Amino acid sequence: MSSNAAPERGTFYPRDFAWHPPAYHPGYKSSVLRAPRRALISLENSAGDLAGPVFGHDILGPLDHDLTANAATPGESAIGERIVVHGRLLDERGRPVPGALIEVWQANAGGRYRHRKDGYLAPLDPNFGGCGRVVTDADGAYAFRTVRPGPYPWMNRPNDWRPAHIHFSLWGAGFAQRLITQMYFEGDPLIGHCPIIATIPQADAIDRLVARLDMDNTQPFDSIAWRFDIVLRGRKATFFENRPEGM
Amino acid sequence: MRRTNLTDSLKETPSQTAGPYVHIGLTPNFAGIAGVYPHDLGSRMISDRTRGERVVIEGQVIDGSGSVLRDALVEIWQADAAGLYPSPNETRGSADPAFAGFGRCPSDQESGAFRFETIRPGPVPWPDGRMQAPHIQFWVVARGINIGLHTRMYFPEDEAALAADPVLNLVEHAVRRPTLVAQSLGGGRYRFDIRLQGADETVFFDI
Repeated sequence: MSSNAAPERGTFYPRDFAWHPPAYHPGYKSSVLRAPRRALISLENSAGDLAGPVFGHDILGPLDHDLTANAATPGESAIGERIVVHGRLLDERGRPVPGALIEVWQANAGGRYRHRKDGYLAPLDPNFGGCGRVVTDADGAYAFRTVRPGPYPWMNRPNDWRPAHIHFSLWGAGFAQRLITQMYFEGDPLIGHCPIIATIPQADAIDRLVARLDMDNTQPFDSIAWRFDIVLRGRKATFFENRPEGM
Repeated sequence: MRRTNLTDSLKETPSQTAGPYVHIGLTPNFAGIAGVYPHDLGSRMISDRTRGERVVIEGQVIDGSGSVLRDALVEIWQADAAGLYPSPNETRGSADPAFAGFGRCPSDQESGAFRFETIRPGPVPWPDGRMQAPHIQFWVVARGINIGLHTRMYFPEDEAALAADPVLNLVEHAVRRPTLVAQSLGGGRYRFDIRLQGADETVFFDI
C-alpha cells in the first residue's frame, strides 16, 4: 500500500439492517427456510472484527482481472459484448479502501453458469469460466474486463428471470466489513421484476447496485465501460488521539 | 462530476444473496473451473511450521426443515495460538507468519459437510480488558441468505472461560448459549453445526 496515513483504529459504524434486505422475504422463496427468525445479538466490535485477512497483489495471476481470457484457450476469447467494469471501493466516510480483494463471478453472455447445478438451455462457452478477482489500488480503484452476462430464468415463481448481474465479494480491513452483493446494469428492464432485488426495501438502496454506463471511459472499438462504486462500513473517527494505549 | 451510482449519503452498499453459484467466484477449483487460480483461497490455513494445537472442525448448515444445505459457503477467521490475528490491523503484536487465520470451505455437494483443519486459537481480550474464551468467528452465505450471517464457535473444554465469556453472557437466553459451543469428537476433532431456524437456532450476531 502506498498510503502513508496511519491505519484507522476506530470501531465500525453500526450496520443499518433496515437498509439491507431482511433475512426473511417470502417473495424470494429460498429465504423462507433459511432466514434466522430470532433477533441478532448486537456486539461492540472486538479485535477479531476490526482486523481481517489481507490478500496482496501477489496472489493475483496476470489474467485474473480479464474474464474474457482467463479461462480461454490461448489466442481465443469469450463470446459476448466486451465490457470493462470499474469503480472505487470506499468506506462510509468517503475514504478509499486500498489493497482490498474483490472477487467476482457471473453467467456467460447467454445467461448460463459453468456450474453442475445450472441446466439452462443456453450453451456453455468453452472460453468462459465466469470468475475473476482484483485488488484495489491506493485510491481504492479497481477494474476488470468481462463480457456482459445474459439474463436467465430461475425457479421461484413460474416465470422469474434474473436481470443481467455480476456477483461481488468484498473485503475491507476488518472482518466486520465483509460483504457480498450483486451489480446490475442501468436501463435493464428486468430490474423492476426481480424478486431478489425486491428484497431490498428502498428504491435508493436498489439504485446503489445499478452500474452506470460510462462513455468517458469506454474504449473505442474495444469495450464499453460501466462504473460501479462500492461502499463498505466506515470506521468511527478517533477524534482524540491522546489517550494512553490500552484505555 | 462524472456519473456515478453514489449519492451524497455514503451508506454501505446493500447486500444481496451469494446465490447458488457462489462456488464459481469463491472456490472455482471446487466448482470444476480449474486453471484460473492455482488454488482456492482459504483452502489451507496451516503448514508444518504453524504453531499451536491442531484441531479439525466439521459441521453442516441446516435449514428450518431440518435439511442440510448443500450449497452454502462458510468462512472462518480466528486468532493464532497466542491470541493474535494475522492482519495488518492487529495492534497488539505480530501473529504467527505461518498461520493464515482465515479459512473458506464450501458445503460438500453430497453431504453438505464443511471441514477446517486449523489450530486452537489463543484467548483474545474483549474491549474492556476481560478475556474472551478461545473462539473462531464464522460467516455463512448461501442461496436464500440475503445478508451474510456472523456467528462464533467456542470449545467445550474451556468451562471456566465459557462461564466468564463476555459475549456468551450477552446472550440473554442462557438456553441458547450452547448453540455456540462445539461438540468434542475426541482427538482434536470438533463438530459445529449451524442451524438457521428452529428451537435450537444458532445465535447470530450483529457485529
